[in-house]
Amino acid sequence: MIKSDTTAATAVLIMDADAIRRALRRIAHEIIEGNPDLKQVVLAGIPSRGNEIARRIADTISVIEKTNVEVGTIDVAMHRDDVGTRAELPIVQASRLPLPLENRTVVIVDDVLFTGRTVRAAMDAINSFGRPARIQLAALIDRGHRELPIRADYVGKNLPTAFTEKVRVRLGDEQETDGVWLIKEERQ
Amino acid sequence: MTRARESEPTVVSKIETRTDLRWNRKDLLGLRELSADEINFVLDTADAFKQVGTREIKKVPALRGKTLVNFFVEPSTRTRTSFELAAFRLSADVINISVATSSLTKGETLKDTAKNLEALHADILILRHSSAGAPQFLAERLQSSVINAGDGAHEHPTQGLLDLYTIREKKGHVDGLHVVIVGDILFSRVARSNIFALTKLGARVTLVGPSTLVPRDFEQLGVTISHDLEQVLPTADVVNLLRIQHERQRKEYFPGLGEYIRLFGLTKERAKLLRPDCLIMHPGPVNRGVEIDSEVADGNQSVILDQVTNGLAVRMAVLYLCGGIAT
Repeated sequence: MIKSDTTAATAVLIMDADAIRRALRRIAHEIIEGNPDLKQVVLAGIPSRGNEIARRIADTISVIEKTNVEVGTIDVAMHRDDVGTRAELPIVQASRLPLPLENRTVVIVDDVLFTGRTVRAAMDAINSFGRPARIQLAALIDRGHRELPIRADYVGKNLPTAFTEKVRVRLGDEQETDGVWLIKEERQ
Repeated sequence: MTRARESEPTVVSKIETRTDLRWNRKDLLGLRELSADEINFVLDTADAFKQVGTREIKKVPALRGKTLVNFFVEPSTRTRTSFELAAFRLSADVINISVATSSLTKGETLKDTAKNLEALHADILILRHSSAGAPQFLAERLQSSVINAGDGAHEHPTQGLLDLYTIREKKGHVDGLHVVIVGDILFSRVARSNIFALTKLGARVTLVGPSTLVPRDFEQLGVTISHDLEQVLPTADVVNLLRIQHERQRKEYFPGLGEYIRLFGLTKERAKLLRPDCLIMHPGPVNRGVEIDSEVADGNQSVILDQVTNGLAVRMAVLYLCGGIAT
């Protein structure tokens, strides 16, 4: 049951490994600046690349401030608003957040901010765990085309795109091969 | 802002987009037809839904707007309630229909009743029926998802899945484990679903009971048969005790309650033969003092109540997977 289709596409490198590292370091500094009490901050990644970004930001913060920031994960699949209209079901995973959330600042971390619907689902998921003092949003790429009144507090790079283009983010164990590409598909 | 796009573009001619479709069934009729991958996928999904039960708000909108009909032509409280609660936690609307309130008592056929439910836009139909194959009969005729909640002596797939989930949760894996199923195997849909799933996931299964209720034919399913409980207990990783359904037992199959307890009951004394890490399971409702002594049922090796909790998570997973796909 593995479906595999191939399309010709052009991929343009937008950020290389160094650019990603620098962007995440800046976001780490901004989070430190905006949150004097880092003990109350939770970096909550949206699977799967949001988790990796959250982990890297937390590592950077611990180097800069010698403070460990808590990292969690939020499943958005069961909070989506389009179940039953998709041919394919999103895979659900368990959310992990430190409880209670009261008085804490939850920073949602994702790789690409697009329509904002995923972030809306993430906020719903967080609220089912409790009532944090604040929810903030960090994204490596903001590609525009919002369908909801949502904006990011921390952005790695603003990337104007056409709606039909795709943004591909690779964050591997070997960071040298990391990158962000803009993909234009060409029909064959 | 300078955009890298304006510089010389790096052209990659082929980009592989691979989609792993791991579930594309609208119905869950039995575990026999599922692959090991599909079973593991349901259990992984159940892991995610189990966590919902620990939240302050134990409800997610995954099946909002869907209607689920619990259609139980045979009595059941436990399974029906579990499906009902699972549906509530996924924000689906639920209607319960039992034998007494259905028009089946007025002579309407199963198909007509189901067609009527579909005309009311029921998206998911949970069916318990005394006839094996009834869920399949409806699944082939209806657009709605059909989930088998027990059909005759055929299968009870969600019970099998929750048993597997509990074993995997407590032991960390299923493959290589020795699972002993004790009791009325011949008439048990729980046993069948367990046997199919356990053997697919690589467990070694031994069936124990009186020869009338554990016929040799079962060896064809890749299991071992024994009529000596005390001999198999010391090597067991899991003992699953099936309920003795006195109300259904026919005299020619069943040795009599006293004799059954003497030979196949998990008494305090027999439980001492078990490894300390052996799990004791029972699909419920428990006949204390028959299949199992009270002290053993409440002891620290018993995971009977974990099975109930896990049943909810597994049923949420099944409803989500079967009912969440666009039809």
